[in-house]
Amino acid sequence: MKHRTFFWFILPTLTAMVLFIALPIVSVFIQSLHIEHEHVLVVSKSCDPFGCIETTTIDQEATAQLRKEKPLGRFNGFKTYTNRSHLAFAEVGEAWRTSDGLPAFLNDVFNLPFYRALVFTLTYTFVVTPFVLILGLAVAVGVNNLPKLFKGPTIFVSLLPMIVTPLVGALTLFWMVDGDGVIGATLQRIFNDPSLSLKASGPLTWITVITYGIWHLLPFSFIVFYAGLQTVPMDTLESAMIDGASKWEQMIHVIVPHLMPLVTFITLILLMDNFRVFEPIIGLSAEAHASSLSVIIFNELRESGRPLFGAAGATSMMTIIGVAILLTPVLIRTWRDFNRKGH
Amino acid sequence: MITKAKSRFSTLTVLSMMLVGLWLIIAAFPFVWTLWGSFKVQADFFSKADWSNAIYGVHTLKETGSAFTGAGYHGAWVQEEFWRNVINTSIVVFFTVVISLTFGTLGGYALARSGQRYAFWILMISLVFRAMPHITLVSGYLLPFFKWNLWGILPTTIIVLVAINQPFTLWMLHSFFLNIPKDMDESAMVDGCTRFQAFRHVIIPVMWPGVITTGLFSFLLAYNDFAVTSMLLSGENETMIPAIASFMGNVQQQGNVMFAVAAVVSATAPLFVLVLFFQRQIVSGLTAGAVKG
Repeated sequence: MKHRTFFWFILPTLTAMVLFIALPIVSVFIQSLHIEHEHVLVVSKSCDPFGCIETTTIDQEATAQLRKEKPLGRFNGFKTYTNRSHLAFAEVGEAWRTSDGLPAFLNDVFNLPFYRALVFTLTYTFVVTPFVLILGLAVAVGVNNLPKLFKGPTIFVSLLPMIVTPLVGALTLFWMVDGDGVIGATLQRIFNDPSLSLKASGPLTWITVITYGIWHLLPFSFIVFYAGLQTVPMDTLESAMIDGASKWEQMIHVIVPHLMPLVTFITLILLMDNFRVFEPIIGLSAEAHASSLSVIIFNELRESGRPLFGAAGATSMMTIIGVAILLTPVLIRTWRDFNRKGH
Repeated sequence: MITKAKSRFSTLTVLSMMLVGLWLIIAAFPFVWTLWGSFKVQADFFSKADWSNAIYGVHTLKETGSAFTGAGYHGAWVQEEFWRNVINTSIVVFFTVVISLTFGTLGGYALARSGQRYAFWILMISLVFRAMPHITLVSGYLLPFFKWNLWGILPTTIIVLVAINQPFTLWMLHSFFLNIPKDMDESAMVDGCTRFQAFRHVIIPVMWPGVITTGLFSFLLAYNDFAVTSMLLSGENETMIPAIASFMGNVQQQGNVMFAVAAVVSATAPLFVLVLFFQRQIVSGLTAGAVKG
C-alpha cells in the first residue's frame, strides 16, 4: 500500500488516539509537576491609640482571580511524587529508622495510602489471574464434555458475569453480602456471629473484591480455552489414548501444551485489565480496606469540589509506569517475533 | 486395564460436570436473585431474619397487598427520572459505536494491507494505549476541557470514548481484514480501481461479520463505562452507570435502596438481550485475538 493512501486511511483513528490518549498522557505529566495555588494572603495593619495589630486575611477575590488565570497552579517539580500521599520518601525513611524489624517496617509502609493501594492492586492482579486461568480451563473442559444440547445455554449463562457492567455486577454482589443480604445474613448464621460483616474487616473485604474479580473474568478465559479445545488435534489425542494415557494424562500432556499460546494471550489481557481494577472497589464500597491506584486517582479528582490535578497527575504517571513495566516482556517478545518474520 | 481407565474417566467426567454445574449456579445466581428481589420491598430483599422472605415476599404482601411490587421501578424511572439517563446512554452508545467503527475499519484495513515497519509500530503503540487505565487519561482531560468549556456535554464524552476504543477496534479489525484474501481488492485495483474504490466496492460488502463483532465490543465498552462518563458528564447529561452510582449515595440515606436495585436490573436487561442474540459473535470476537496470537 502506498504511503500516501495509508496515511489517509489511518488519519482519523490516529488523530483520535493522539488527541485523546497520547496528548492527555503529556498533559498528565505537566499537571503532575504543578500544585494548587496557595491562598493569597493580605497583611493589614490596624492601628489604634494603644498600638498596631497586624492581621492576616485571605484575599478571596485575588485567590479566585489567580486560580482562574492559572488553573494549572504553580510549579512544584517532583515534590508531589515524593509527598506523603504518594511515594512518601520522608515517611518511608522515618519508618526505616524508627521501626524495629522488617515486619514492623512493612506494616508502617503499607499504612501509607500509595503503598496500600499498590499492594492491593498487585495482590489482586496476581491472585485473580492464575485463578481465572485454572478455573477457566477446568470449566472449559467440563463444558466440552457436555452433551451438545446443553452447550449453547451453558455458554449463554457463562457469558453473563463478564458482559455485565462491572459497577453493576459489583453492586449486585454488594447487596448480597450486606449484613441483611442473602449471603451476608447466611454467613452470620453459619458462624453464629451477628456482628460478622464482610465490609468491616480488611481481609474479608479483600476476599470479596478478589472473588468478584474471579467471577467477572472467568468467562473470558473459559471462552478462549473452549474455542482452543475445539482445535486440539484428534490424532495426537487418539495415539495418546492407544498408548494407554488416562484422561488426566491426556489433559496434561496433550491438551495443556496445545493451549499454551492461549495462556500467554489470556495472561496478557488479564494483567492489563486487573492492574487497573477500579469499578469493583467503587461498587463494593471497599475503599476503606482495599484501594487501588485507579481509585486513588478517582478520589483525588473528586476531592470535595476542588480536584487535586497535581496529585492525580502524579498517581497517574506512576500507574502508567506500572503498566509499562507489566507490558515490557510482551512488547520485547512481539518485537523479536516481528524481526524474525521480517528477515 | 481398560476398565480401570474407563472408571477413572468417569469419575473425572462426573467431577468436571459438577464443576460446571457449580459454576453455572455461581454465574447465574446473583442475576436471578436481584431480578426476583427487585419486585419486592426492601424489608424482603434485605431480610436479616430469613432469606426466604425475599423469595415469598412476606413483607411485600403485607405492605402492598401483592407478592410483587413495581414500586422500585416506579421510583427509579419516574421519581428519579432514570429515563433521562437511559436516553443519554442511548445517544452516547449509538454515536460511539458508529464513529469508532468508521475510524476503525479504515485504519484496520490500512494496517492489514501495509507490510511496512510503521504499521507494526502503530499496532504496538495501540497495544500500549489499550493497557492505559482510563482514569489516568481522564485526569489529563479535565483541565483542558474546563478551560475550553467542553466539559459536561455528550459530544465530548462520545469522542473520548471513541478514542479510548480505537486501540481495541484497530487490533480486532486488523486481524479480521488479514483474513480477507488480498487478491480480492488487488484484482480490483488491477482493473483500474483506486485503493479507496477497491475498499468501497470489494471490501465493504464482505466486511460486515467482522464489523458487527467489533461493534458489539464497542457497544459494551461505551455502555459499561464508568470512569469516563462519571468524570466528564454534568448532572443532567449523566448516563445510566454514573447515575446508578450517584443513586447509591442519595437513595440509601432516604431508605430507597430498591430504586437502585430496580435501576441496576433495568441497566442489565439490555445486556441480556444482547448476549441472547449475539452469543455466537461475542464468542468468536473473544477468540479472534487469541487465534491470531
